[in-house]
Amino acid sequence: MPRFESVDHLTQYRRQLKAKFDPEQPRVLVCAGPGCLPLGSEEVAQAFKEALAEKGLNGKVVLKVSGCQGLCARGVRVLLRPREISYQKVTVQDVPEIVETTLVNGGIVDRLIYQDPASQEKFSHKGEIPFYKNQQPIVLRKLDIIDPESLDDYLLMGGYRSLRKIFFEMTPEQVIDLVERSGLRGRGGAGFPTGRKWRICREAPEAVKFVICNGDEGDPGAFMDRAVMEGDPHAVIEGMIVGAYAIGARQGHIYVRHEYPLAVKRLKLAIEQARDAGFLGNNILRSGFNFDIKVSQGSGAFVCGEETALIASIEGFIGEPSPRPPYPAQSGLFGLPTVINNVETWANVPEIINMGGDWYTAIGTEKSKGTKVFSLVGAVNHTGLVEVPMGTTLRQIIYDLGGGIPDNKAFKAVQTGGPSGGCIPAKFLDLPVDYDSLQEVGSIMGSGGMIVMDETSCMVDVARYFIGFLHAESCGKCTPCREGLTQLKYIYNEIINGRGEEWHIPLMEELCAAMGSASICGLGQSAVNPVLSTLKYFRDEYEAHIRDKKCPALVCRPLLKYTIDPETCTGCLACVRECPVGAITGLKKEAQEIDQELCIKCGLCYEMCQFDAVKRE
Amino acid sequence: MDEARLESILSRYEGEPYDLIPILQDIQDNYGFLPKEEVKAVARRINVPITQVYSVATFYKMFSLIPKGKHQLKVCLGTTCHLKGGQRLVDSLSSRLGVEVGYTSKDGQFSLETVGCLGSCAQAPVMMVDDKYHARVTVDKVPKILKQYQT
Ligand SMILES: Cc1cc2nc3c(=O)[nH]c(=O)nc-3n(C[C@H](O)[C@H](O)[C@H](O)COP(=O)(O)O)c2cc1C
Ligand code: FES
Repeated sequence: MPRFESVDHLTQYRRQLKAKFDPEQPRVLVCAGPGCLPLGSEEVAQAFKEALAEKGLNGKVVLKVSGCQGLCARGVRVLLRPREISYQKVTVQDVPEIVETTLVNGGIVDRLIYQDPASQEKFSHKGEIPFYKNQQPIVLRKLDIIDPESLDDYLLMGGYRSLRKIFFEMTPEQVIDLVERSGLRGRGGAGFPTGRKWRICREAPEAVKFVICNGDEGDPGAFMDRAVMEGDPHAVIEGMIVGAYAIGARQGHIYVRHEYPLAVKRLKLAIEQARDAGFLGNNILRSGFNFDIKVSQGSGAFVCGEETALIASIEGFIGEPSPRPPYPAQSGLFGLPTVINNVETWANVPEIINMGGDWYTAIGTEKSKGTKVFSLVGAVNHTGLVEVPMGTTLRQIIYDLGGGIPDNKAFKAVQTGGPSGGCIPAKFLDLPVDYDSLQEVGSIMGSGGMIVMDETSCMVDVARYFIGFLHAESCGKCTPCREGLTQLKYIYNEIINGRGEEWHIPLMEELCAAMGSASICGLGQSAVNPVLSTLKYFRDEYEAHIRDKKCPALVCRPLLKYTIDPETCTGCLACVRECPVGAITGLKKEAQEIDQELCIKCGLCYEMCQFDAVKRE
Repeated sequence: MDEARLESILSRYEGEPYDLIPILQDIQDNYGFLPKEEVKAVARRINVPITQVYSVATFYKMFSLIPKGKHQLKVCLGTTCHLKGGQRLVDSLSSRLGVEVGYTSKDGQFSLETVGCLGSCAQAPVMMVDDKYHARVTVDKVPKILKQYQT
């Protein structure tokens, strides 16, 4: 990789790469995204290496480990280009057959291709699979094409092309105009117009400014940002260079949570590559512009995703948010004007520069432009990452892309926006998803986690879960959030322990009103969403817990009863060994019994039993 | 205190107050916890009050003031893992190892922790042992996983 001295040098190099690239050459891409990695991507890739060598295909077939290929539910995924044959659930044992059947003989391994859960129809090509067919990837576009550790791959896909345009054809103001015209809004939660944020920062009088990439991705159930940082790190860097040029910053920071070690590694590597190639550093491509990026790691605190807390954390303090205004764009890192944007926001920027604002505004709804990446998880057949135009309905996402609810269960709710979001019931399935529509039904877009719940989820438990989460993560600085969460947590515990009272519900609503209006930061202000949305749409479940002391979904432990069916029990003693309190007794090879006095209702016996002999009611 | 060991960490930084968190992260990774003498030395060196060092060390979840076990068990209690029974996984590990969440087993082998979300929600419930992910971990898989690490 040369050090690029000018844009012409870069263009020339890109031409060489293109000339060398043979589109017909077979390429094997093994997915090592967040979903596939724990299922053994590395082992599968290694098996390919060995199998290819054995068949003498080294050099003839290119083997790459890629970022997230989207359909995580059926990992480990392997994509064979250029034919775009998409294999799923690939294990080490399948690899020799794939090499023999597909790469040597040109056939298809039938048992590894996608089968639609409803129609039983089979599809071998990526483009035919309904999950992929209905998407419109911009941010995720390169994830199943490139090797995230290869700058050449990124350049071949047109990477760092936006630099020619911004440095040599546009003033910083024109860059801001373009981004503003594109309608791009922040993908980290609140949806603030990105161009307007940049303008405020550019117009601040201070000479030293910063850009920050928020890669804290604290919302449980969300892994879009992780997939982008791991799968296409240069896109984030390129976006930040554009932003830095627009506002006049010389230093950037990427703040990544420490639970994402691979993202840190990939970003650090990409920054080094970008420095060596001359995209970061002094006088970038002889533009006279200087800019560099540093990676900071979080230390395990959800609240550090909030922009003012994140800034405090980079400065070396505890992650306590501060009241806004002043906004970071006016007074941010070390008190200086700072643009802070989310990973996905940054990753959108290069393409907007390349394709223009009008191209972007043509996608999406009136007030929400472009696409949004969602992590579709929970009770849905095709868990994974999807990218759809704003305005796609929940039903399209959950049923057309997501393949519906597994095991013929009934849909109950979809939770968006993480702990700051709400639970949306079935009656809103046809809601077109954008920033405003989600807010209207009591939830938020948030960063893009979409958790589907079926009849086996208890909505009281879900709300209690989020309150417990936020209670643990609240920094404790302001009283409404700290005390409000403590009281809400207490009330939820009363309810699920069978001590709920009718007056608990109005009290919760009152607490929420105070927290929503008086908390310092978004954590406390929006902590009320999971409570209010479940109270509004699932009040009957609260009433069942409070009045009948029953959990209809059979989730809330203290309200359950476990028994063993003497007819089905084989006396294998698996449950006896697992029971932490020794509540199960009986002879070997004979039916067991649970002592209800001792039982703590942990459900371990229920899960251990291979014969469905443990009953729960 | 092993001065050379600490020095090898401190020498990577400029020694400014904003280096505090990365330095503590390096010590945590290298030592497995934040030893008292080292913490004091860091405070002196980068000119930060010892109270601020302790406020940082106790605010963030990744820091520990007591030594951790040989293997770190991190059970995900993110939303998806919660819905798919992550808590039962915690209970099972806790009772098998005789250790509460946030503590280390008596033999010093395992520390048990819960975390927000590991970002592999599609394979819930998920747990991590040291740097390795374990996918779709149901309670009946726990003994086999622990065995890989038990010596
Ligand atoms: C409690 C809390 C947690 C947040 N966590 C994140 C996060 O993990 N990632 C993120 O990008 N933004 C997060 N935000 C939003 C940020 O404060 C900020 O609005 C965002 O990074 C701005 O970037 P954007 O305009 O590109 O969305 C959080 C906000 C709050 C109140
Ligand atoms: S909720 Fe467990 S990995 Fe995301």
